[in-house]
Formats: sequence, C-alpha cells, structure tokens
Amino acid sequence: MTALAITRLNDLFAVVMLSGIYSLLSAGLFLDLDAVDVAFTEASVGAGISTLLMLASLKMVRRHEEKTRYKPMLALGVVGATTMLLIYGTLDMPHFGSAEAPIHKHVAPRYINDSMAEIGVPNIVTSVLASYRGYDTLGETLVIFTAGVGVMSLLRVSRETKEQEQQKVPADMQQQIILRIVAKMMMPLILIFALYVQFHGDYGPGGGFQAGVIFAAGIILYTMLFGLSTARRVFKSQVLQMLTAVGVLIYAGVGVVCILLGGNFLDYNVLRHDPVHGQHLGILLVELGVGITVATVMITIFFKFTWRTVKHKYLS
Amino acid sequence: MDSFIGLYNYWIVCLLMGIGFYIVIAHENLIKKLIGLTIFQTAVFYLYISMGKISGGTAPILDDKWQLYSNPLPHVLILTAIVVGIATTALGLALVVRIQEAYGSIEEHEIQQQNAQDQLECQLEAYGFKKNHILSPKSLEE
Repeated sequence: MTALAITRLNDLFAVVMLSGIYSLLSAGLFLDLDAVDVAFTEASVGAGISTLLMLASLKMVRRHEEKTRYKPMLALGVVGATTMLLIYGTLDMPHFGSAEAPIHKHVAPRYINDSMAEIGVPNIVTSVLASYRGYDTLGETLVIFTAGVGVMSLLRVSRETKEQEQQKVPADMQQQIILRIVAKMMMPLILIFALYVQFHGDYGPGGGFQAGVIFAAGIILYTMLFGLSTARRVFKSQVLQMLTAVGVLIYAGVGVVCILLGGNFLDYNVLRHDPVHGQHLGILLVELGVGITVATVMITIFFKFTWRTVKHKYLS
Repeated sequence: MDSFIGLYNYWIVCLLMGIGFYIVIAHENLIKKLIGLTIFQTAVFYLYISMGKISGGTAPILDDKWQLYSNPLPHVLILTAIVVGIATTALGLALVVRIQEAYGSIEEHEIQQQNAQDQLECQLEAYGFKKNHILSPKSLEE
C-alpha cells in the first residue's frame, strides 16, 4: 500500500518519507521471515541513511514533481503484461515455507550442519558471509568503495565553500538545547552499540555491514545538530577518504597473508595452528575491514551531500 | 485452487516489481525514478528471503534448542545487496544533483528539450549560420 501511495503523490518530500516507512515495514517483514541480519541492515540503511540522503538531495532540487504529460495507459499495459508473465512463471515454483524446495537441497545443509565444526561461529550468516563466500563479500566491499569514490568525484567541494561555513552551527538548532544535550548523551551509546554489533556479529545478528551503518548514523546525528565545520574538525576528510581504502586493504590483506602462509586466498585455516581459531581471527579482521569501509563511505557520502547543499545556499 | 494459495509470496513480489517498474517508466522526475528502482530492488530482496524461509524454522543462529533453521544463504546475499544498494543509490542521487546543476531541472522532457536545442544550434552553426541569427524567426524563414 505504501508503495502504491508513492506512485500517486507529487510532493517528493512526502514520497521520501513514505519510502522510509516502507523500508521500516520491510525490516519487520524480514524479521518475520527469520532473516534477522537482513532486517537489521534494512532498518538501519533503508529507514535511516537512505531517507537522509534523499532529503539532502531534495533540498537541492525542486520539491514538487511535474505532472506527466503522457497518458500512462501504455506504461500501465507494459507493466501489467510483465507482471502477468512473472506470475505465470511462478506457477510451478515450490510453495512458500516448504522444506523440500530445491533451494534447501544443495549447499545450505552443509552450512547448517558443518559450519559449527568448521568455523566455530554460531551465527551461520556470519560464517557464510565472511568465510565460505569471502570472495563475494570482498567484491561487494569493493563496490561500496567504488561508489564512495564516485560520489566523491561527482560532488567535489571547493575550499571557499568550506571557509564560508566556518564556525557556524545550524541556526535553528542552536535553540534546541534539549535535543542537543540528549544527542550528546546518545552519541557514545550509539557508537558503543555499533562496536557491540561489530564484534558480537559471530554470536548474534550483526557484523561489519550493520555496524558500519550504525556508526555512520551516529556521526550523522552529531553533524546535523552541531554543524558541518564542527564535525569536520573531528573527522578530517583526508583521514576518512584514506580509511575507506584501508578497510578494503585490510580485507584483501588478510587474503594475501593467507597465501603467504601457504593456504589459498582468504583461507583462514592457516592463520593459526588450530583451524577454528584461525577462522575466528580471519572473520574478525575481515569484518573489521568491512565495517571501516562501510562506515567511512557512508559518512563521506553524507558530508559530500551536505556540503553541496551549503554551496547551493550561498549561490542563491 | 489449494495449490495456488501457497504461492502468494511470489505474487506479492511480482506486484511490487510491477509497481517499481511502473514508477521507473511512467514518471519523468529522476528522483521518483530512483525511488521506483529501490522498490524494484526490495521486490527482489523479498523474493530471495521468502524462498529461504522454512515453516517452523528459526533464524540461522545455531543453538541447542532448535533443529530447523531457515536457509542462511539468501540472507547473506541480500544483506550485502542492501548495503551495496544504498551505495549505488547515493551515486545515482549524486548524478541527479549534478544534472540539476547543469540543466536546472530533473524532469526528463525538459532535459531532452534542452539537449535537442543544443544539438540544433550546433548543427546550424556547422552549416555556417551565425549563432545569434539562429533563434530569430527571420533566419528560420530563409
């Protein structure tokens, strides 16, 4: 229903808010489908960061969408036909919740039955993510890094803009004493929670991806209340940009160390004498790399977007 | 009929995909298009996650109390896909911001209009017309 409302509304602000609600609802649905790690990620990414980024870019463009000139019948026809074909395609799919579906027959039983003995980590999602499918995750970390570099080069900020913003706290936030004090108290809690999610990912839902996003959300909250230049003094952009690369390098470096110790790339068994200890160490380091990259890329992207809005403010 | 009821999760996915697809092709506003893409994307997420669900199963965190777990593999794939998705959406938004700065608009037809205009001017210039003559009605009559 929320998705339907999004198509009808012309006010983009409302659309963005609705998409935040939509993400939160999806997180609930994922939780219901036993995907706790996924729900965690969706809640922090979809309902938090993506809504913020959309709002930041809305500030720079027009708020209202123009009415489309064309009759939507053609588009509706194409979409209807595609949907019908897709539904026809599902008719011989296995039933929802059935344990005999082909998806549960191949590698999944091995992950569920043997991962405790091979990896020694209770959260199967973590062991598959960081160990069995370590290559994929390395690739995905690289994609995030590349997207971060892309945003950095698209939205560059000149030195003059930065100087104009110097020493300024958002004016309407200056009065919000309660908000500022509460945020100040929340900050360490959010950051500690992020670290907990990072290092407890082996035993419960969590891991580098979620921790990175939560960490970034904490920093973003701070930035919104205390102003960009205050935040920039704590988080130098050069350091942030360096750290995005450091995360990927830690991940790949663990793989290279594994080769040097006589194993395959990302084969953590050789890191220690006991394979299970080696796996523990490997997963810890790899998740750390993922966490650093995700957190710094998210913070950098947010900074770039907000600097751009600052620039627009002075241009107009 | 009974055998069709068990497929309802796929139908929800198809419906959401349809909505996302419709937003992408029927709306001209670039931000709306990006939101449509994310709805399309979540439809794919639902498809994977709902396939991994086993009735009576529990979240894939090993514990002695439970015997039946949902399939962890789709969870891993989608978990990373969500974070990659936000990174690529941010890239898309950055492009939208640059388009707004270059064209002063994020409506598709206005952008195309400006492109066509630019192209026309370039071609006329190549055929020897002076730039300031192009837009006057007199030069068009000739």
